[in-house]
Amino acid sequence: MSVSDPGFARQVTLQIDERSIDVPEGSTILEACRALAVDTPTLCYLENLTPVNACRVCVVELEGSRTLVPACSRKVEGGMKIKTDSERVRTSRKMVLEFLGSSVDVSLVSDFSRQMQRYGSNPKRYGDAAKPALAGTRDGAVAGHHHASDGQTASTVAQPVKIDNELYVRDYSKCILCYKCVEACGTDAQNTFAIAVAGRGFDARISTEFAVELPDSACVYCGNCIGVCPTGALMFSSEYEMRDAGTWDENKQVSADTICSYCGVGCTLTVHAQDNKIVKVTSPADQDVTHGHLCIKGRFGWQFVQQRDPSVLDGLANGPVVLDDVEVPAPA
Amino acid sequence: MFGAGGGTNSYEEVEHTDLIVLWGSNARETHPIFFHHVLKGIHNGAKLYVIDPRRTASAQWADGWLGVNVGSDIALANAIAREILVDGLENRTFIDRATLNFEEYRKSVERYTLDYAQEITGVPAAAIRELAHAYARADRAMICWTLGITEHHNAVDSVVGIINLALLTGKVGRYGCGVNPLRGQNNVQGGGDMGAIPDRLAGFQSTADAAAREKFEKAWNCTISPERGKRLNEMFDAMEEGELTALYCIGENPVVSEADRHRAVRLLEGLEHMVVQDISLTQTARLASVVLPAAAGWVESDGTVTNSERRVQRVRKVIEPPGNARDDMWIVAQIAKRLGRDWGSPTAQDVWDEVRSLSPMHAGMSYERLEQLNGLRWPCPDENDPGALFLHGRLWADPVEGPKAPFHAVEYSAPLDAVDAQFPLLLTTGRRLDSYNSGVATGEYSSPLRRVEALEISPEEAARHGLSEGEIVAVSSRRGKVFVPVHIDRALREGLAFMTFHFDVPTNVLTLDTVDPKSGTAEFKATAIRIDKIGAGSLAAAGD
Amino acid sequence: MDLHYTQATETPHERAAVDAVLGPADSTWSTGDRRAETESHSAHAGHAARSQRDRLLPALHAVARRIGWISEGALNYISRRLTIPPAEAYGVASFYALFAFEPRPKTVVHVCEDLACKAVGSDALIAELERTAGPGEPQCGGASMWLRSPCLGLCERAPAGLLTVAGDEPHDEPLEFVTALRVAAALEGKRDFGFAPTQPPQHGDPSLRLLRRVGTVDPASLDAYRAAGGFRALRRAFDIGALGVLREMTASKLMGRGGAAFPTGRKWEAVAREPERPHFIVCNADESEPGTFKDRIIMESDPFALIEAMTIAALAATCDFGYIYIRGEYPLATRRIEHALEAARAHGMLGDDIMGRGLRFDIELRRGAGAYICGEETSLFNSLEGYRGEPRNKPPFPVQKGLFRKPTIVNNVETLINVPDIVLHGGDAYAAIGVADSTGTKLFCVCGNVAKPGVYEVAFGATLRELIELAGGVAAGHRVQAVLLGGAAGAFATPDELDAPLTFAGMRAIKATLGSGVIMVFDETVDLEAMLVRIAAFFRDESCGQCVPCRVGTVRQQELLARLAARRLHGSPDEERSLLAEIGQVMRDASICGLGQTASSAVESALAKLNLFSSAVPVDERTPV
Repeated sequence: MSVSDPGFARQVTLQIDERSIDVPEGSTILEACRALAVDTPTLCYLENLTPVNACRVCVVELEGSRTLVPACSRKVEGGMKIKTDSERVRTSRKMVLEFLGSSVDVSLVSDFSRQMQRYGSNPKRYGDAAKPALAGTRDGAVAGHHHASDGQTASTVAQPVKIDNELYVRDYSKCILCYKCVEACGTDAQNTFAIAVAGRGFDARISTEFAVELPDSACVYCGNCIGVCPTGALMFSSEYEMRDAGTWDENKQVSADTICSYCGVGCTLTVHAQDNKIVKVTSPADQDVTHGHLCIKGRFGWQFVQQRDPSVLDGLANGPVVLDDVEVPAPA
Repeated sequence: MFGAGGGTNSYEEVEHTDLIVLWGSNARETHPIFFHHVLKGIHNGAKLYVIDPRRTASAQWADGWLGVNVGSDIALANAIAREILVDGLENRTFIDRATLNFEEYRKSVERYTLDYAQEITGVPAAAIRELAHAYARADRAMICWTLGITEHHNAVDSVVGIINLALLTGKVGRYGCGVNPLRGQNNVQGGGDMGAIPDRLAGFQSTADAAAREKFEKAWNCTISPERGKRLNEMFDAMEEGELTALYCIGENPVVSEADRHRAVRLLEGLEHMVVQDISLTQTARLASVVLPAAAGWVESDGTVTNSERRVQRVRKVIEPPGNARDDMWIVAQIAKRLGRDWGSPTAQDVWDEVRSLSPMHAGMSYERLEQLNGLRWPCPDENDPGALFLHGRLWADPVEGPKAPFHAVEYSAPLDAVDAQFPLLLTTGRRLDSYNSGVATGEYSSPLRRVEALEISPEEAARHGLSEGEIVAVSSRRGKVFVPVHIDRALREGLAFMTFHFDVPTNVLTLDTVDPKSGTAEFKATAIRIDKIGAGSLAAAGD
Repeated sequence: MDLHYTQATETPHERAAVDAVLGPADSTWSTGDRRAETESHSAHAGHAARSQRDRLLPALHAVARRIGWISEGALNYISRRLTIPPAEAYGVASFYALFAFEPRPKTVVHVCEDLACKAVGSDALIAELERTAGPGEPQCGGASMWLRSPCLGLCERAPAGLLTVAGDEPHDEPLEFVTALRVAAALEGKRDFGFAPTQPPQHGDPSLRLLRRVGTVDPASLDAYRAAGGFRALRRAFDIGALGVLREMTASKLMGRGGAAFPTGRKWEAVAREPERPHFIVCNADESEPGTFKDRIIMESDPFALIEAMTIAALAATCDFGYIYIRGEYPLATRRIEHALEAARAHGMLGDDIMGRGLRFDIELRRGAGAYICGEETSLFNSLEGYRGEPRNKPPFPVQKGLFRKPTIVNNVETLINVPDIVLHGGDAYAAIGVADSTGTKLFCVCGNVAKPGVYEVAFGATLRELIELAGGVAAGHRVQAVLLGGAAGAFATPDELDAPLTFAGMRAIKATLGSGVIMVFDETVDLEAMLVRIAAFFRDESCGQCVPCRVGTVRQQELLARLAARRLHGSPDEERSLLAEIGQVMRDASICGLGQTASSAVESALAKLNLFSSAVPVDERTPV
C-alpha cells in the first residue's frame, strides 16, 4: 500500500528546485517530483514493488543531508528543500549511467540513451570491454576473492544467455541487478523465492540455489520476473525468438486489456499481438486484481488460440457446416 | 448465499483480515492470483488455516493444516461450532438480532464432540479446538472454499455448515469477514449472474417470481415457464430416459469433465442430434452431429465476465478469429434467426445494456464505467453507485434490514463410494497449477512444470504395494479401470490418492456420478479405488 | 511455505551438525521425512515456522565447521528446518567469504594480505606461499590449503593468520607472526601454535581506564572480575534507575567509538522513548576495518565488562534482549565471550532476575562469516536476521526500526566498555576527561612500522606524534612517510600533520578521521602506491554489490589504480585523475552506506597529500621497453 487515502492524509509542503508543492504525507520525493513533472530517471523503481533504491540514478540533493538521497524511497518531510539538477546530482546520475553503460548491455533499456545524453555519460572512458565470462564462471564466483584486473579493459557482466526452458530466457549480460525480479518472485508478489541475489560485490548475481537450471528450481513460470525486468535480461521466448529472427516489430504491434479465460479470479491481461498473432501477455500494474502479476496459465497459456484444428475452423469437423448455408427448421 | 449466489467479500479484504480459512481449496495452485492477496494478508499478519485432505501447497503456508478425511467437512464444521458454543465464544448479539433457527442448530451440533469429530475427520481434537478458538476470537475472519467442498454428494450441506459458522460468530456483513466460494472457471459467476441456472433469470431473479417473469416476458416478447429447468445431471438422466434427445453444447467438454465417463459417452452417443460450439475439436465435439467453430471469447470478441469477487469486467477483442470461427453471440443470433427470431446483429454492448435494463443489480454498470473503474462489483443499482465491497452489511443494521439469516442444521454423512476391502483407497481429484480442467487450452503450451498424469500416493502406500516412482499401475473403481504411472508425494497419507483430469488419462472413468440433490454436482472428490501392480508384459494390454 | 527443493539430501553427518545447533525438529514435516501416523492429519507451519530465519547463519556455521563446506544437501536440510527458500539461503550463504560451496580441505590457513601486514613484509611471505603452497585462491580437494585474507585484526602481531580446521571437534586458532614455515606446519597438521593475549604496552599505567583489567584480571573468572570492581556499576544502575542512567550517559557526552561519533546518551534515550516493543541492544563486535584490533583485545581480556555494560543499557532503555555480533575471524574472543555469557547466567548476572533486582535480560553471541560490510549497523541487522548483509537505507534509523525492525541500540564494543565507569563515577566526572567535544579516553590501534604496536589508551587531546612516540616510534634510522588514520575507510596524514590533536575536531582540521582509531604508520620503505592498490582491491572485494555507485565504482577505482600503478593509462594523467575523482564523488555522494561513501577517501587523501603516481604517462606515449 503506498500513500494512504489522500482524503485523510495530511499534506506536507516542500520545495523542489525552488518550487513549492503540497503532497500527502507518506509520499516519496519521486512522487512529488512527478507531480511537478520533474524528469527523474529511474531504473530499479516500479509502482507495484517495494523500492529497493539500489540503482541510485534517481538521487537528489536534500538540503542538510551529507549525501544525496534516493527520490524513489525517501519519504517527504515538511520543509524539505530539494535540488534535482545540481552539479552533484548531475555528476552522480552521469556516473551511475556510465557505470551501468560500461558494465552491462543496456541496449534494450528504454530511455537509457536519452538519459546518458542528458547527463553527458561516456561509458567508453573505462576502456574496451573485458572478454565475456565463460558460461558458469560468474555463477561460481567466490565472495571476497575477485581476480584483480590490470585495468586495461573494463570489467563487465557479459556472459552467455541461459536457455533452459521453453517459456523464457535469461540474459544476465543485460542485468543491472535492480532486484525487481527477486522482489516479484518473492514477497512483493509471487512468494515462490526461486531466485535471489547470490555472491557479493561486482560478482553479485541473480541465481537459483547453487545456480541450478530453472526446471530444477522452485520456479513456477509465473513470468512476473519478466514483467518487471527493465532491461530485457528476462525475456519471453516468443519475443527472444522473434528478435533473433529479426521479425520483432513493436511498430506493428497492437495491444488491449481483456480478462484471463482460466480460473475465476478474473485477471486483467494485456494481450500484445503482431500480425494478428499473440506475441506476449502482460498485466497492467495499476489493476487491483493482479497488481500487474499473473500465473503461468494467464501469462503463457495462450498458444491454444493460435493452434486451432483446421477442420474445426473450416466448420468441417463432422461434415460441412457453414452456418450461413444451414437451414434450421423453425420450431413446430 | 442468503439469496444471490456470490462471494460476500472482495479480494482486497483478504489482505486486511485477521484470519483466513481455505476450506477444500488449494488456491495456491488453482487460484494463484487470489492467493497473492492471501499472501499479502499473511504478510500483514493474518493467520492462515487450511482444511484439505492433502497437505497442499496452500496448506504448507498455513499456521494450521487440518488434514481431514475426504468428505468429513460437515462433521468438522459442526464440531467447530460445538467447541465455540462450549466455550461461549459465539456472538450472541448477532445471533439474537440477525439470525433465525439458532436453537435448532445448537441442538444439532451437540453430538459433534471433539472426540467424535476426530474419529470421523482424522484431525486431532487439539487442532480442531485450535481452529475453533482462532476463528471465533479473530476480529475479522474469512472462509473461502473451492471444489473440495462442492464436489461432494452433500455439497450444499457442506456449504451451509460453513455459513453456519460465520453466522454463529457474526463473521459476515463486515469488512474482512465473510464466506466466499472461489469460482473454478473464469465466468462461472457471470453465467450465474446472467441466469444460466435452471430456475433463475439474469440477476438471480427467480422464474417462480411472477413479477420478474412478466418484466422479462415483456422485454423479450415471449412466455417464460415458471418451472425449474434441468441441471446438467438431470439432463443426463433425461437422456437415459429418452426424454432429452438433442443437445446444444457451448464451450463445454462433458466427455472429459463428467463423472462416470463411460455412462456420459454412452448417453451422448445415443442422442439424436448434438451441436457443439467450441474453439477446438474436443472429445465431445468428436461425437457431435454439427460442430460450430467459435471465436476464443476472451481475446477474439467483446463482452463481459464476472469474477469471484462479483466484479463485472470487460473482455476485449485483440485479434480476429481465424477461418470460419465466429463470435458466440453472432452464432447464437444466427441460430435464433433460423428459429424465427430476428435479433439483428447486436453488439456486446447492446446485449449488456439489455442486461442492465432487466437486472437491477447490474443497472449501474455502464460500459463507460466498467472501462474507467476496471470493472464494478455487484450489486450496483445505479450509475452513482460505487458497487459493493462486501455483501450483507444489512445484517448489522439495527433493526436488521430485510430477512434475517437462517441457520440450517446439517448432518454428516459418509461419502457414497465407500472404501472396503476390495477398494481400500480413497481417490480425490483436483487441478495443478499449470493446467486447467480438461486440458483443451493448457495442453497447447510447453509448461516446464508439466509431467504426465499420475496417480499420486503417499510414500507409505507406495511401500505397501512395493511401487516405485513412475511405475505403471492399474487403478480400478467400481465403475472402471485406468492405467497410470505412480507419483509418490508426501503431501498424501496412507489410504489417500490423488489425480487430476487434465490429460489423456480418462480419470473420470473411475468417478461416481451420484450427485448432490441440491446442486447437481457429482462427487468427484471421493472415489473408492484399488491399485494393482501390473507385470511388464501386461502393459501392452493397457489400452482401456 | 510451499518450498521446492532439489533432489540433493543431507548426509547423516551434515544433519547431525545442523541438529546440534538447531536442536531436534519439532515436526517431521520440517525434516523431509514425515512419519505416517503421527502427523498425517495436521501440521503447524505459517508465521511461527517462518520466524526462525535468524538461525540461518548459526546453522551454516555449524555445517561449515563440521564439514568444511556447505553442500546442496546440507543447504536443503537447513532450509527445510528453518522454512527458508533454498535460493535465498544460497544467496545469504554465498555472501560470506568464510563459506565454501564446493568440497574444501578441512584445514585452511588464512593469511592476511592487508595493510598492516603488508607494512611489515607480508608480500614476501605471500609470494613464498604462492611458490610453495599453492595460489591462495579458493580451490577444491586436498587435505589442506591456504587462502589470502583481508585484515584479520591481529595487526599488533603482524603478519597475521588464522587456522581453521573443520571436523567433529572443530579447531580455530589465531596465528601470530606468521612465517612460511608456520603455515607449512599448520598445513601439515600442527596445532596450538600458542596465542595468548599479552599485556598491553601501557600495562601498569595507573591512568588506564578502559584497559585497566586487560592482562591483569583473569578473563575467564567472573569472581575475578567482581573482585576488580566488576558489576558495581550495574548495582548502581539499579539504584539510580533507568532515568538516572540516561542522565549520566547524557552528561558524559560519550560519543560512539564505531566511527560515526554519535552521542551515546541520545541514542539510548531515543530507544527508551520508543513505544514499540520489544527493544534490542546489539553490540557491534564485527571489527573488520583494516588495522583495527582494539575490540578483539577487550573481548579476549575483559569480556564481563561488555556484559555489564550491555545489561546497564538494557536497564536504561528497557531492552528485552541483546546480541553480540562478533566477526567470524575472532576465535579466541568468541570463546571468551561465550564462556563469560555462561558464567554470567550461572551467577544470575543474566537471566530472569538479574542480581535479584527483577530485571530480565539475556545476551546471545552471533558470529559473522567474513564480510566487512556487516560492521555497518543495518547490514549487521540483516546478517543477524538471516538475510544478506546488505545495508538498509536510512531513515528509518535503528533507534526506530533496527533489529527485526524494532527499536534498537547498536553500540560498538569500545563505546560500551566506557559505560560502567560513567555510571559508577557519574557523567560529569567522565566529561572532565579529554577535551570539550571529545570526552573520555580513546583506544588507538597503533600498528605498521612502529617499535611497539598495540592498543593504546589516551585521553582525547593527545597528538598523533605523542601516540607514535608512545608506541616507540619508527625504527632507528627510519622516518615516518605517512600515517593512515581510521583504516581503509580513513585518510592519510603526512609527516607535517603529526602534531594534530587526536580529537574529532582535530582530525577534521587535517581532513582525516579518527574512525575506528587506527593509526597505521608507514616508514619510507613502504610502497604507498601498493598500499593504495590494496585498499582499492579491498573495497572491490568487500562491496556488498547492492547499489550501483559502490558495486561498479569500487571496480572502476581498482582498475584505475592498477593503471596508475602500472603507468599504463587510457588517457592523459589529468583525464585519469579527474575520472578517479568523479568515481570517488559518486561513491561518496550516492552510495547507500558508509562503505561506498568512504571507499575512495583514503585514495583521494593520498592523491591530494602525497606525491604518488607522479610519473604516470599514457601507455601510447611511453617508450617501448
